[in-house]
Amino acid sequence: MRYDSLLDSLGGTPLVGLPRLSPSPEVRLWAKLEDRNPTGSIKDRAAFRMIEQAEKDGLLSPGCTILEPTSGNTGISLAMVAKLRGYRMVCVMPENTSAERKQLLAMWGAEVHFSAAAGGSNEAVRVAKEMAAANPDWVMLYQYGNPANARAHYETTGPEILADLPGITHFVAGLGTTGTLMGVGRYLREHKPDVQIVAAEPRYGELVYGLRNLDEGFVPELYDESVLTTRFSVPSEAALRRTRELLDKEGIFAGVSTGGALHAALGMARKAEKAGERADIAFVIADAGWKYLSTGAYEGTLEEAEERLEGQLWA
Amino acid sequence: MAIEVRIPTILRNLTGDAKVVEGNGSTLGELFTDLDNRYPGIGERLVDDGKLRRFVNVYLNDEDVRFVGGLEAALSDGDSVTVLPAVAGGSL
Repeated sequence: MRYDSLLDSLGGTPLVGLPRLSPSPEVRLWAKLEDRNPTGSIKDRAAFRMIEQAEKDGLLSPGCTILEPTSGNTGISLAMVAKLRGYRMVCVMPENTSAERKQLLAMWGAEVHFSAAAGGSNEAVRVAKEMAAANPDWVMLYQYGNPANARAHYETTGPEILADLPGITHFVAGLGTTGTLMGVGRYLREHKPDVQIVAAEPRYGELVYGLRNLDEGFVPELYDESVLTTRFSVPSEAALRRTRELLDKEGIFAGVSTGGALHAALGMARKAEKAGERADIAFVIADAGWKYLSTGAYEGTLEEAEERLEGQLWA
Repeated sequence: MAIEVRIPTILRNLTGDAKVVEGNGSTLGELFTDLDNRYPGIGERLVDDGKLRRFVNVYLNDEDVRFVGGLEAALSDGDSVTVLPAVAGGSL
C-alpha cells in the first residue's frame, strides 16, 4: 500500500481473529492492532487530530511550543507530528515510566520534564497545568479534555472496526484519557444500539496509589459514563498474565496495558458463553511490547515480573 | 457455594489480618451478610442503608459491581470478589 507521507499512512490497522484464545466458534475475540501506526501506538490518531484541529482553530503556527502531560505514547506521537510540522514539543511525565519511553521522546526531539512518581498521571497533569499558566504562549492540547481526541476515534477507529466486524457485540479498550472508548463507543452505539462498551482500567499496587493524598481520583473531562456498559479494574498480575497468554497462544507481542484489555475481553467472553449467547468481541492492542522490555514484564516467572512491575505505571 | 473475597488492608483488623476470606451467598448482598456473621462489624463498613457504601469499590471477577446490579449482583461458585477503598488512602 502506498502513501504520500508517514502521516498519510495513519490508521487503517488490521483486525485479527484470536482462534486460540476465543472460547468457542460462537464467542470470538478480535484484536485491533494499533501498534501498526506510525510511532507504534493508538495515540498517533489522537495526536494527529488534536494538532490538525489546533491549526484549523489558528492556535498553532510554525515555531509554536506544544505542552502535554503524558506517560509516554501521546508524547511520542505528538513529538513525531510536531517535528514534521515545525513545532517545539515539551512533555511532562511521571519519573517512574519506562526508560524506553524517555529515550523515544528525546529521539523525536521532545523536551521532557519529570513529575513526582508518587502522584502518577494526576501529578503530571497538575504540573503541566502550572507550566501552561506560567507560559501563556505555549499551547497545551490536553488529551484528557480535548474533543478532537475522542473525535479521532469516532471518525476513524470506530468506522474501521464496524466495517471489518459488522456483527460486533462488544468493544473493549483501556481507560486512560477515555478518548478511545468515548469515540469508538459513541460511533458503534449509533450503528449498533445493543453493542456493549467495556472499559479496562489499571489497578495499581499500593506503591503507586498508597502515597497519593489527593482527595479524589482524577476524572478526565472527556469521560461520559453513559457511553460505557461496564468497567473492569485489572490488577497488575492479571494484566501481565494476559499479556503473556497473548504472546504464547496467538504470537502477538503487546504492551502490558493490552493485557488489561484482554482480561476484560475474556471476562465478557466468559459471561457470553455462560449465557449461551453469540459474541464478537473486539479489543484494542494499544501498543507493542518493545517499550516495556526494561520493565522485565516478559522475563522469568509471572511472580518475578509482577514484583518488578510494582510501583511502575503500565498503562 | 464458596466465594473468595479479597479484603483491603484497612479492613483486615476485622478478619484477623486475613487477606483472603471465604463466604457464601447467591447475591453480593447475601455474601456481605454472611461475611458479617463470620467477621462481626464488616457489614456496616461495606453497606449503608441497603446500598453499597459510596467510598467502597467492589469487583466481581474484576468487574465493577456498580455496573452489574450492585448488591443484587448474582454470584456463582468459584467467583472472586475484591473489596477496595474507592480512593486509596481514603477511609472505608
